[in-house]
Amino acid sequence: MEVTMNVNGEEVTKDIEPRTLLVHHIRDHLGLTGTHWGCDTSNCGTCVVWVDNEPVKSCTTLAAMCGGHDVRTVEGLADGADLDPVQEGFVQCHGLQCGFCTPGMMMTARALLDRNPDPTEDEIREAISGQICRCTGYSTIIRSIQWAAKKEQETPVEVSAS
Amino acid sequence: MQVPAPFEYERATSVDHAIALMERLGDEARLVAGGHSLIPMMKLRLATPEYLIDINDLADELGYINISAGEVRIGAMTRHRELLESDELAAVFPIFRDAERVIADPVVRNRGTLGGSLCQADPSEDLSAVCDAINASCVIRSKDGERVVSMHDFHRGPYETAVADGEMLTEVRIPVLPNSSSAYHKVERRAGDWAVASAGAAVTMDGGVIADGRVGLCAVGPNLTNVEPISTALRGQAPSEELYATVGQIAADNASPATDTRGTADYKTHLAKELTIRSLRKAVARATRQE
Repeated sequence: MEVTMNVNGEEVTKDIEPRTLLVHHIRDHLGLTGTHWGCDTSNCGTCVVWVDNEPVKSCTTLAAMCGGHDVRTVEGLADGADLDPVQEGFVQCHGLQCGFCTPGMMMTARALLDRNPDPTEDEIREAISGQICRCTGYSTIIRSIQWAAKKEQETPVEVSAS
Repeated sequence: MQVPAPFEYERATSVDHAIALMERLGDEARLVAGGHSLIPMMKLRLATPEYLIDINDLADELGYINISAGEVRIGAMTRHRELLESDELAAVFPIFRDAERVIADPVVRNRGTLGGSLCQADPSEDLSAVCDAINASCVIRSKDGERVVSMHDFHRGPYETAVADGEMLTEVRIPVLPNSSSAYHKVERRAGDWAVASAGAAVTMDGGVIADGRVGLCAVGPNLTNVEPISTALRGQAPSEELYATVGQIAADNASPATDTRGTADYKTHLAKELTIRSLRKAVARATRQE
């Protein structure tokens, strides 16, 4: 079946099997391998992308269900060479060790800060509670998100949903 | 790599359209809403529908929480996150916020729906116990019209509901009674996991006594979404720790959990008792404005 979706601001149409999961569509058909494929059971959260501005687990979503919808992946975070403050925060605060959970963590963090620009530590912990970091680097991930929140409060940035 | 078996995909644009598609495609068609129960089962090949009817376009038509004086009506496509975040719903039925806080994780809650959870009827699924505790009814629609069934009749057992081929759950209705409240307690191994055990309670007070009380359990055996002997024991009784202990024991006696990686049968039976006590205590405190 033919499925058209807007991915990171670009319309893409592909002929796919209806059973194709969104994570495989993004990685294998669109070549966007920033989104990782992890546990395959909607537990680990490394496959999180946005569908219509909400984070979802792309291993548990059919690509066909996203036809006509907007998808944003980790590749859509940076604006050219300008990193999103969340990405900067992960750089500044060592928010990644092996990097496997990072794309999902960052997409969830970006969604959190768009809804709640000044989250408490508990709110950050709750927001990423559907993600697993097997390096157990949660403390630095939380610091990275706090860094991004602080930066955005000091220098308000235009947050683009596309 | 887990991938569902092949199927044909259809997208419904209205409830009537979804019902017409089910009529045409027959008993090998399944509806998919949030997909966070059905798609994992399809990936494990525990479910192999030939046709999948996507009803996510019905999120506007069936995504609502309408609260009136005597009744709350919630559309079947209302997502977990909406149930969690609704202050109006929490004011009349705090049990929803108690439960939704601990259902899966925030990302999953963006997709999963009330209707999908009830239709999945997993014995470890929270909302069936929640809805039965607050005496909800389910609106089921087919080409012949609507029928309304109580949660007791809706939930037939593990993975089995009153929804027949060609029918869909469209709405949940809950009576709003004065001097009433509710609460839910769950124990999980880690954030977002299925319950080791959980209990939901709802009470209606009349002066100093419990006029009506209901307790639903989850993850400790089939068909416990409402433990009727507990209602019998509560009726007309003044709330006390002794009463809670008595009904907690009834919960434990009715539980038939299995030992698995989440805990031993003994531990889960203990939880059935303790969580019944805690949720009843809290529901009464809320109903009598002590909390």
